Amino acid sequence: MSRVTSAFVAALITLVLGGFLLGMSLTSEGINLVVEASSTGKITFLFVGVVLVFLLQLFREQVGRFTTKMRSDERMELPGFLRTPQQQRVWTMFVIIGLLIFPFLSSRGAVDIATLTLIYVMLGLGLNVVVGLAGLLDLGYVGFYAVGAYTYALLNMYFGVSFWVALPIAGGLAALFGFLLGFPVLRLRGDYLAIVTLGFGEIIRILLNNWTELTGGPNGIARIPKPTLFGLEFSRRPSEEGATTFHEFFGIGYSSEYKVMFLYLMALVLVLITVYVIRRLIRMPIGRAWEALREDDIACRSLGLNPTSIKLGAFTIGASFAGFAGSFFAARQGFISPESFTFIESAIILAIVVLGGMGSQLGVILAAIAMTVLPELAREFDEYRMLLFGLMMVLMMIWRPQGLLPMKRPHLELKRD
Amino acid sequence: MLRLDNVHTHYGPIEALQGVSLNVEKGEIVTLIGANGAGKTTLLMTACGDPRASSGTVTWKGEDITQKATSEIMRTGLAVVPEGRRVFSGMTVEENLAMGGFFNYTNYEERLAHVLELFPRLKERYSQRAGTMSGGEQQMLAIGRAMMSNPGLLILDEPSLGLAPIIINQIFEIIDQLRSEGTTIFLVEQNANQALKLADRGYVIEHGKIVLEDTGDNLLVNEDVRKAYLGG
Repeated sequence: MSRVTSAFVAALITLVLGGFLLGMSLTSEGINLVVEASSTGKITFLFVGVVLVFLLQLFREQVGRFTTKMRSDERMELPGFLRTPQQQRVWTMFVIIGLLIFPFLSSRGAVDIATLTLIYVMLGLGLNVVVGLAGLLDLGYVGFYAVGAYTYALLNMYFGVSFWVALPIAGGLAALFGFLLGFPVLRLRGDYLAIVTLGFGEIIRILLNNWTELTGGPNGIARIPKPTLFGLEFSRRPSEEGATTFHEFFGIGYSSEYKVMFLYLMALVLVLITVYVIRRLIRMPIGRAWEALREDDIACRSLGLNPTSIKLGAFTIGASFAGFAGSFFAARQGFISPESFTFIESAIILAIVVLGGMGSQLGVILAAIAMTVLPELAREFDEYRMLLFGLMMVLMMIWRPQGLLPMKRPHLELKRD
Repeated sequence: MLRLDNVHTHYGPIEALQGVSLNVEKGEIVTLIGANGAGKTTLLMTACGDPRASSGTVTWKGEDITQKATSEIMRTGLAVVPEGRRVFSGMTVEENLAMGGFFNYTNYEERLAHVLELFPRLKERYSQRAGTMSGGEQQMLAIGRAMMSNPGLLILDEPSLGLAPIIINQIFEIIDQLRSEGTTIFLVEQNANQALKLADRGYVIEHGKIVLEDTGDNLLVNEDVRKAYLGG
């Protein structure tokens, strides 16, 4: 078959399939349903699509050559000003300062989205330890996120525990859950582990949904207080007699924006701590052991490493970061329900890790930004938003299957004297 | 040093080792030869605690280790070079060697220098990823990695597997050198000819039982061994 014919056939298939899906619409007239041609806009859209498919098929080789070039495994060279560690450190400082100033320069909405992004960065970094470094496919990561969120919400509701006290408890409790789950299941490998963790995530969600007396079930928990700055609230009036609010203390006018900025800065600090801690872990023997284990577990055992405890370490540490993120999420939202912790969340976090390039921290951060900011930017496309999103993921997997920034392993330099 | 007494090992209902007794004394090279599926690898894996012996005892330096966990056993001066090398292919030579010294940081530098002296090739490839090296180099790395824990006994599972004859000779020379430096060696091999030439003593395993035990030289000239393993 010549190229033109095959391109023609492909275009025809697109036309037929698309014609049914886009070209017609059902409207009700009285009690009858009537098939009508869609609006001209949609029809044009359809024909543009058909032409696009025809051209793509016709110039397939050229397109293929172009995409293989993009996929080429040439290492991405860092730009000249980022080569030495000193330069990198300076630029990191610039970026951090930029991020600190950011909320004072932009709109409230932007700061809000940035905060959400930071939560996903934290989750992505946490899951990266489990999936990217230790190579354990965890599909129930959202379970630990839920544990963290509900820890703060419940402790606050029943015992009036403040956010700052609840934060470490949430992390600890999530870690404990990770440990308890990890203990029996880490003997499993690959797919089996994925299925069990998937089940675990669902168990947590269903438990929260059905244990109505404790968790409020599907109604969720509302009126979760926001974090305070050393006891200073960000509300217009203090919630208790005699307490002072942030704006009263500093003698400035009340603005709801302070709260948004504060939440953003807090999230930023949490993320920076997460990045720092995980960076250290990777450079420690445990990080190296994770990596060795991902590569060959028999060899690890022949060297006296205990795979179960190393995996358990990764699982527990990963879970604790989800716990921190969860309690922050609860505080930021002010309302949580089991709805927030469905499987799709796990899938998004996993997508962040995979898109970022397994194991690479910077990659995960970039991917988290892409995964949260792009859907927001694409809001104008309303119903095509998810379609675009899906398309982006597919293209990404074709062109850069190794992720945005594949992990560049810290090179081990042994001190020699 | 290492002693197995009437060891039985089961994989489910299958009895892979049927009462094996064997011992390795300090400073020796002992080899275990046998056909495919005779139980060679099972025997040495049982010595390392995975799978565990269903009956009988494994003694290492006078201590009963039959029920100990593999990871614990491997930290007590026993080192294994697993079948098929199993180097960490994404890691550099340097990092692979560092993994070998994971639990033993005393004299780390000295041991590293020693291993690099034994295997000058590893020095040349020091920052190269292990996966990009040739089979022979990977085997050297696997042995070097095991030597990093400064073992009293080195167990080698088919170090000649899939290597060119000239490389096999090199590997055997290195094994001989390790012995002269005081490392006891337990060598499991299919390449019976070379293994027996090198070994002080040898065991022949068939269907999960030790059928013959003698000095390496005697086994080399033994009629049955010649017929079964040395091609007549």
